[in-house]
Amino acid sequence: MKLEFLSKSKNESFSRVVVAAFASQLDPTLEELSDIKTAVSEAVTNAIIHGYEYGEGLITIEASIRENEIEIIVKDSGKGIENIEEAMEPFYTSKPNLERSGMGFTVMETFMDSLVVESKKGEGTVVKMTKQIKKVSDKER
Amino acid sequence: MEIFEDSLIVKLKGELDHHAAEEIRKKIDNYYLANDLVNIILELSELTFMDSSGIGLIMGRYKITSENKGELILVCERESIKKILNMSGLLKMVKLYPRLDLAITNN
Repeated sequence: MKLEFLSKSKNESFSRVVVAAFASQLDPTLEELSDIKTAVSEAVTNAIIHGYEYGEGLITIEASIRENEIEIIVKDSGKGIENIEEAMEPFYTSKPNLERSGMGFTVMETFMDSLVVESKKGEGTVVKMTKQIKKVSDKER
Repeated sequence: MEIFEDSLIVKLKGELDHHAAEEIRKKIDNYYLANDLVNIILELSELTFMDSSGIGLIMGRYKITSENKGELILVCERESIKKILNMSGLLKMVKLYPRLDLAITNN
């Protein structure tokens, strides 16, 4: 699936719900679904606050399923991240005055199985995340 | 929001993300400062979603109450919310109770 929307904060809720609905075909637990929603919310919020800091733009989410794994790609064409390593450090925030916790990438890393961030200054940022959804037979139900 | 002695009790409902956090922050701070309160109790059990913007909001209220020699206390029973609270490290500085009555009687 592919979703494209304007970088307005009111779209954060709708975008994570769409990805969760797409993921539900893998029959995830409520916890797995909540992890996915939270990770998507972090990536989209980053794109809005940082990527498009100087003006609205488009955010694209692509999601695909292979066997029992979901891959989610969140893209923006915003200002990009100069130092990805620094940005990914827990509690690092370039905007302490906005009461940002600096936990965004840490949440994505913890709640998903893999996280890759690519960014070019002035061109935008791509966040790629995957998560394995355990098969029903492996779950305690 | 309600006041109990010198504490502000805030019951949050629905989704706490970056979009919601800005308005909630303003409301809490206005009410807290206007009524000259000391402590803030944030009840999170009825939140259906919270991301790291919620962590930022909690950290900010922790700062404000500390500056007023007060305490910030969290109330939450919901596992999905507790998961992100745990990973944030916040619970090393802030008390968490499963129910509001416990938060009140123990403080």
